[in-house]
This record gives sequence, C-alpha cells and structure tokens, in this order.
Amino acid sequence: MTINEVQDELVEDFAFYSDWMEKYEYIIQLGKELPLIEEQYKQEQYIIKGCQSKVWLYPELKDGKLYFSADSDAIITKGLVSLMVKVLSGHSPKEILETDLYFIDQIGLKDHLSPTRANGLLSMVKQMKLYAMALQTK
Amino acid sequence: MKTFDIHKVRADFPLLKREVNGKPLVYLDNGATTQKPQSVIDAIIHYYSDMNSNVHRGVHYLSQISTDAFEVTRRKVKDFINAEEEVEVIITKGTTDSINLVAQCYGKAFIGEGDEIIISAMEHHSNIVPWQMLCDEKGCVLKVIPMNERGMLDMDVYAKLFSDRTKIVSVTYVSNALGTINPVEEIISVAHKHDVPVLLDAAQAVQHIAVDVQKLDVDFLVFSGHKMYAPTGVGVLYGKAKWLNVMPPYQGGGDMIKDVSFEKTTYNELPFKFEAGTPNIEAGICLAAAIDYINEIGIDNIKTYEDELLAYATAKLGEIEGVRIVGTADKKSSVLSFVVDGVHPYDIGVILDKQGIAVRTGHHCAQPIMDQFEIPGTVRASLAMYNTKEDVDAFIAGLERALNMLR
Repeated sequence: MTINEVQDELVEDFAFYSDWMEKYEYIIQLGKELPLIEEQYKQEQYIIKGCQSKVWLYPELKDGKLYFSADSDAIITKGLVSLMVKVLSGHSPKEILETDLYFIDQIGLKDHLSPTRANGLLSMVKQMKLYAMALQTK
Repeated sequence: MKTFDIHKVRADFPLLKREVNGKPLVYLDNGATTQKPQSVIDAIIHYYSDMNSNVHRGVHYLSQISTDAFEVTRRKVKDFINAEEEVEVIITKGTTDSINLVAQCYGKAFIGEGDEIIISAMEHHSNIVPWQMLCDEKGCVLKVIPMNERGMLDMDVYAKLFSDRTKIVSVTYVSNALGTINPVEEIISVAHKHDVPVLLDAAQAVQHIAVDVQKLDVDFLVFSGHKMYAPTGVGVLYGKAKWLNVMPPYQGGGDMIKDVSFEKTTYNELPFKFEAGTPNIEAGICLAAAIDYINEIGIDNIKTYEDELLAYATAKLGEIEGVRIVGTADKKSSVLSFVVDGVHPYDIGVILDKQGIAVRTGHHCAQPIMDQFEIPGTVRASLAMYNTKEDVDAFIAGLERALNMLR
C-alpha cells in the first residue's frame, strides 16, 4: 500500500468511532500493534525530545525502504506513535519526505499536532522526516 | 465571624460556568493558576476604561489616579501579609522574578566564593535555578535539606547543614508538587540562631493560609498574583527594610533612579529602587481587588473549607485500587499528587481532559522530587476555594473511567 492508501484506510477506520472514548480506545489498541524497538536501542540518542512521556524511535533502512520501531511509557502516546509508524514505515525516504500527513486532521487529532502539546506528536513527525532526510542519500 | 457560602463563592467566578469538551468544567489545576472572580475582571475593565496611564511620572490627572491605585495595592499587600512598612513591599512580575531579584541582589552584596546557600529537596525549579546560577557565577555552594518518603523535611539534618559560611536559607512554605506545609517557624528560628536570613516561597501559601511576616519574623517572602485570584504578570517581594536597604538595585532603568548623569547615577529609595521600568500596571492595580476578595471571604474560612475538601478528596482517592498518593505529610494544603500503578500520568491527564476535568500531569517543575520518588511525574489535582465535593466526585468518577480504559 502507498502512504496515502494507509492514511485513507485509517481515516475510514476512525470514521466508525463517533465517541471520543471509542476513538481513544482504538488509539490504545493501535499502540499494541506497534513494532517495538529493541531494548538495546532504548537509549538517550533515540529519545524524542518534547514529550511529557518518553518516546523512543529507531530507524532502519532495508532495501531502500525506511522502517521504524518505537516505544513509549505512556499508552496513548504509544498509540499515536503507532499511527505514525503505520503510515510512514516501509516506504522510501523520498516518499516519506514528500508525504502530506492529512489523515491527522481528518481523524480529529489535529490538536495533538500543536507544538504546545506535551505529547510531542509534532516532534515525532519531524524526527521521522529528519531520519528520512539523513538516510535518503545512503 | 463571616460564614463561607460555597454557592455564592462559585457564582463569583464566571469561567467556572463554561463547558470543556462538551462537559461541565471541573477545574482542579489551581496550583498552576486560579480563575478570577468577577470583581477582579471588573477591576481590569475599569482600569482600561477609566484610568489607564503610566504610574509614578506625570502630574496629569490620570497618571495620578493610576499611581494612587497602584500604591493602594502596595498598602493592601502590606496589610495582607502584615508587613511593618509599605516600602518593604516590592511589586514584581511574579514569584520567579522575586526570587531572582533576591538571588542576584542579596547575592551580589553578601555571597562570595565558598559561601553556602540552603534550599530544600522539594523546591520548585524557580527556587533552585536562580541559586544555581548564582553558585556558577560566585563559586558558592548549594546545600539541600532532604525529605522523607512522606514528603516531610528532615529538620535534624537541616539544623546540621549550617556552617559559618551559610548566607541564606531559601525554602518553600507549601510544596507545589506535594502539598506539604513546611514547619516554617522552626526553619526561621533555627536559621536566625545562626544569624542567617530566610526567604520563603509562599506562592502556594498566601491563597490558602494566613501569613503574617512579622509574626514569622521572615526576612523575605515572595508570591504571585495569578495563583491568588489576581491577573498574571504581577507578584510580590516582601523584604525586611534592613535587608532591602543594603542590597544593590536589580535592574537599571526608569523609576529606580533619583538622579542620572553620565558621570554618576543615584538610586531611588525603597521600594522604587527595585522597580525599574513601567510595571504591569493593570495587574498591579487589580491585585488589590483579589486581596479584597480574599479578605471578604476570610482567609481562615478559606483554609477551613479547603482543608475539609482536601480530606474528603484524599479519602475518596485512597479508595481507588492502585492509587498511591505522593506527599502524605502531616500538614498539607490543597494539593493531591498521585500515581497509579502501571499507568502513566500523561495518559490519565488526557482522558480526564476529554471529560472536562483539568488537572496537571508531569513533574510540576520539581524534577528532583520525581527523581527521589523514582517516578516520571504525577497527576496533580489542586484545589481552590471555589471547588466543591461535586468537583471531587466528578474527578473521582472520571479517574475511574480513565483507569478502566488504561489498565
């Protein structure tokens, strides 16, 4: 699937949930599907700054595609990371860099993207794109 | 004695009527800032509608009335904390500003290399970092009063921290993260036996507890307006005149001078020596309205009411499985900080917010406390005089709902 196909699928999934509680329960559920970062990479250098909870994110380039694994000590944050990883992982750095993440707005999580929010979703997106940029030339 | 009518008090705060996320607001983040009563909001409007003008300068009418109103605040603050003289009340930007002023000015005059400053293990960052900055600059040393697992200071160790190099003790009256009310009388009397002055951070105290600086015999006392129902951007530094007179000015500029020439500048007298530049006039003037409001309700009535509410909330919270209250000192004020086994405070905060319940999560600008308890942070519900048992019930129900989702 392309990045946009994944985004569209998530938008469709979230459309099922009208109630905020169901939406958050789904986010928590998604957190359980997150490809977990290996313990050895749970180090300072893989921590994303700007989160009230801890987030570790590890990038790996395989056959020209960028894969992410991650973890967080807060489960809502973990769900949000999982969303981002679902959308961006397994694509070329070029695709990742060029992606417009419209799904965040469409599933009603836009307020989580504000730079003042403590969950650091914005820092997460930035970091993923930075990794894509750094690994693009390799 | 006046009686405390919670329905009347609540009705005085218009913001409390609003909804958040489609639910009636339950505001339990009063340790961060309080909502404002209508009388304070009216005072703000009155200031800009009828009297806006710069203070301490013009001879014109508006400048005179705004200067007078600003000085009324100083007098009311003096009475509120029972200072001996008005000139001992310096109007600042807030608690942080007040502490930085003392660290810089007292530090410049009295602290040198190898000297020692005593703080406590439960300080807000704003009562740690200004002293660390001074230590970096001067080569002085920070000594820390430890606390036990209940969040109470070890007074035996405190007494032993003094040496002939100790220059100041700077501690919090009430801990913002734990709610502990420290034994400030004892802290002061021990320090005075060593001829060491004491600064009390009363940012979490003045809105809950009657404070009498003369009775305490405290040397410096600092607090913020916005945590005591006044606007943001104004705070107070109380200092004994004997200290303020011998401290050099903080910032240079207008208002703090007597004469300026390129050869020499002479400084103004107290309190203006420490009030360089145009202050936050609106907030300064409206602080008086907040003090009037507190006086009208009666600080002792507020304390009795809030203590009862805290006891109620503590008991209710204790009934929830897996909850651990962080900070269980004998004497506490208005703060309920807690963690839940296996659940991150941030997650709890998000789900409470979705239910219209405002709490704070995180380290509360007191990271050393979190390190001591080996937790990433806490959820903090902090009470004000307008909170009710219904607020507490809604919070407990919201918390149970959150925990059902999160564990």
